This record gives sequence, structure tokens and C-alpha cells, in this order.
Amino acid sequence: MSDFISRGFRGHRRESGDPSRVPPGQYVTSDFPVLSAGPTPHTRLEEWTFSIGEGDGRRTWTWDEFQALPSETVTVDIHCVTRWSKLDTVWEGVSVDTLLAEAGEDDAHPYLLAYCDGGYTTNVPLEDVTGGKAWVAFGYDGEPLEPEHGGPARLLVPHLYFWKSAKWVRGLALRDEDEPGFWESNGYHIYGDPWLEQRYAGD
Amino acid sequence: MARAAVRGRLSWQIATVEAVADETPRVRTLVLDVPDWAGHRAGQHLDVRLTAEDGYRAERSYSIGSPPGEPVAITVERLDDGEVSPYLTEELRTGDALELRGPIGGYFVWGPEDGGPLLLVAGGSGVVPLMAMLRHRHAAGIDVPARLLYSSRTLEDVIYRAELDALDAEVVYTLTREQPPGWTGYARRVDAELLAEVAWPAEQDPRVFVCGPTPFVETVAGTLVELGYPPQRVKTERFGATGGR
Amino acid sequence: MEALDGNAIGGLLNEVFGEELTAAHGACGSCGARWQVAELAVYVRAPGTVVRCPSCGSVLMTFVEVRRVWSVDMRGLAELELSAPAA
Repeated sequence: MSDFISRGFRGHRRESGDPSRVPPGQYVTSDFPVLSAGPTPHTRLEEWTFSIGEGDGRRTWTWDEFQALPSETVTVDIHCVTRWSKLDTVWEGVSVDTLLAEAGEDDAHPYLLAYCDGGYTTNVPLEDVTGGKAWVAFGYDGEPLEPEHGGPARLLVPHLYFWKSAKWVRGLALRDEDEPGFWESNGYHIYGDPWLEQRYAGD
Repeated sequence: MARAAVRGRLSWQIATVEAVADETPRVRTLVLDVPDWAGHRAGQHLDVRLTAEDGYRAERSYSIGSPPGEPVAITVERLDDGEVSPYLTEELRTGDALELRGPIGGYFVWGPEDGGPLLLVAGGSGVVPLMAMLRHRHAAGIDVPARLLYSSRTLEDVIYRAELDALDAEVVYTLTREQPPGWTGYARRVDAELLAEVAWPAEQDPRVFVCGPTPFVETVAGTLVELGYPPQRVKTERFGATGGR
Repeated sequence: MEALDGNAIGGLLNEVFGEELTAAHGACGSCGARWQVAELAVYVRAPGTVVRCPSCGSVLMTFVEVRRVWSVDMRGLAELELSAPAA
């Protein structure tokens, strides 16, 4: 590894912030960086649906039906595996607890795989999206969620690295095993706890 | 000059900044002394890597503006919210060290053996690799018709302007944001009509190189294909908002 | 999010494969489209680099640097022309 240092180079300001709020190895940003593995989908609301489950037990909502569900506004900190953290972000969405209850799902399947427009997937244990820990969010900072940030709706699971908060989410498939999604199949950690710095497989 | 065939793995190496030259208020050329440079072709780029004291690293790619046979020079546009370009255009000084690897590229390259006529279409700082091609053509005395269509925000933002005006190549400017008094040239973004007027007829079998921001490149390339250019004759290189690529 | 093209990963591909590959020919495993690497759609602003087919958008390759080792997934490719090894 080279010891070379570029004289006078600092890059953007990187504040580590309060360690009780900012996980190890992260810096606080006031921007909202846009990261993506592919082109931004533009699904029309008339065509948008969200589903839980598969086959006969599958429950699907149209946009209007989804909007009629009880939703809440939450303020959370988010942590991206590329090292930026953003504090006090405000989202509006439907709790995954609500969706699972409406779908009549019990905890028979301990894992789920979120799937999205554009083909992105990510896996999360059921217990990490229940008990008030996750939402399907359609509003950010008081406005409808913009396409580049995952609109019409994205999964929001703020206690895990933000790659788990899948943009353009269209449904949750229930699984008996923890099936790795896109980044998890490409070297990233299967679980992704920022407080344990679980960035890569084997961390 | 014999074409340097670049095979084999590149390594990061430390170059020294030999000279800096401001091209426009936002654009600077850095002439570099690279100890183990294998030579380069017109159109190639190099990767620059900056390391801060805390180990933070940032990497970007920049096109080489100098022709084969001359010292390596990159031309960098400063982006307002950039992380690397402000450093390269404002902080870096003659005598400083810069870590880089290159040359890179085997597709977006032109040399005399590739013939012409040559149509070069530049969006903003996308002119840099195309300038290497024009300088190569000029320095080697290559008798191939060449035309550059160069889209820029204002006349002040045109890079290499004096040199372009003196080159034996047709240069067509379009100034999209602001034009000087008395300007009689194009004053809008490149569109199908403008391209149809400027491009060589497809029957002349031109070689085309288009470089600039992604939407610009896609509009231009798509239009040229509609004008009858075979897709394989139109080579493209997209620059990103992160500076260079 | 706008894509760049395969020119942007010339350095990365050189690091992973040890050679200049922007002009290399290949084919998509999903739709069969043939292309040169420079023509591929590349997404670099992500937790890794994702390379997609310009015709159908399928993921052809992903590159993630994990503790300074490259994790490379090329399952989306049907073909990628690499040089014959030196004799």
C-alpha cells in the first residue's frame, strides 16, 4: 500500500459526528447522495402495485389502496455503506407491521426478499422489519419521494446499512432461508449492521 | 511515431506537475512529467488518485489533451461541488506530485491509420480528447479532412480557442447560454437540424468521435445514426458530473 | 441517474484482468446483443460498479472491492473476449 499523500488534498468535509449517533467509520453529510446500480425507473402510479407473499396467499395493493392504509411520519438516521450518514431524515410511509397484518401474515417465514423495479433485490430477516423498525416510504422531507431517491416508494430499514432500504420496491417475498439479494451476492454482508460495521461478507 | 501498444497491467505511479496553464476561468491544463510513461494515443485518458492525510481516497479519470509524442497534459474543468477538480485546478502547484495510472483506452482513439474524414463533436470539456486527435493530425501533417462541432455555454468557456482558430480544421461553435454581441454562429443546443447541417454526408464514410455529458452524447449519436451513419462508425465517450467521468 | 460507458472502467478492467479491454468484444447472456466494452452502460455511483447491456439493461458484470480484493460477478455475460495469453 502506497504511503503517498496528496499535498493539500482534503476532499469534502468529513465530520465523524457524535459517536452515539454515527456508527464507526461513517461521516455526516448534509447532502443526500444518489447512488444507483441502474437507470431510474419511472413507474406510473396507475401501474404501481405493492405485494406481500406469492401465489395464492399473495396480497396486492394498488397505489390508491396503499395510500388508504394508515401511515406515519418518522424521523430517523440513515447510514450508507459508502460511509456517509445523514441524521434526522423525515419520511412518511406505511409500517411493514401494518402491511404484514393486512396481508394476514404470521411469522411462519423468518426471512424476506424485497424486490424492485429494475430488478434490484435485498434480503432482510422478518424480525428486522417488524416491531416498528421498517416502513414502505412514499414521502421524504414533506414531499412525495422523488424517483432518484426511490419514488414512488422505497423500503426503509434505517437500523441496517442503507442498501437494505431498497429503492423502487414493489413487494416483499417471504422466505424460509436468508436468500442473498443483489449486493449481498456481490461481496456485501448478508445482514449489514452499521454499529458492528458489517459492510462486507465475513466482517 | 510508432503506436505504443498498451498490453499488460498498468501500475499507479507518481508524476510531477511540470506546468499549469489556465485555459478558461474554470479550466486548467496540467502538464505532467511521468517517469515511466509508455507513450499514449490520441483519445486516451488517465486515472488520477488523490489521498488525504487520513487515508481518504478519491479517484477520477481525465482525458489527455496532448498528442502522442508530447508530454502528458490533462485539461480539467472545475466543478462547483466537485471533490477532485477544485484540488486539481486551484490547489495543485508546479512541483507537486500526482498519483496516476495510464494511458487507458483502446476504443475511443484515433490515429492516421484510421483515416477520415473526421467528425468530432464535443460537449463542454468533452473537447479534450478530441483536441488530442486534432493536435495529432496537425503535428503529423495528416491530410484528412476534419471538422469539430463544439458546444459550449459561452464563448468564454471555449477551451483551446486561439489554437482551434489557427488549426487547419473546420471548427463550428454553438454557444448555448450566452452569445457575444454580433454573434452569427449557432446559439442553441445541438439538435438534429444543426447536426444535419454540420455533419459530413454519410456517404463520405466519416469516422466520428462524440464526447461530453451522457445526454449530449446520446442525442448526438442517435441523430447521426438517423442521418445514415453506421453505428460502428460513431464512437462515444460519456463524461459524468463527477468530473472527467 | 445517468450511466457512463465502458470507457469509464478502462482502469478498473485493467486492474482486474491485467489488460486494456475497452475495445474488447462481448455478448449479453440475456438478449444476445453483441457490443464492445466501451459501449456498455456503467453505473459507478453505487456500493460497487455495475455494468449493464446497452440493449436490454441486464446486469452483465459487477465489481466490488472488498478489503482490497476484487469481487467480480460476470454471470450476466455470454462472452467477453480477452487476449490469448502470451506464448
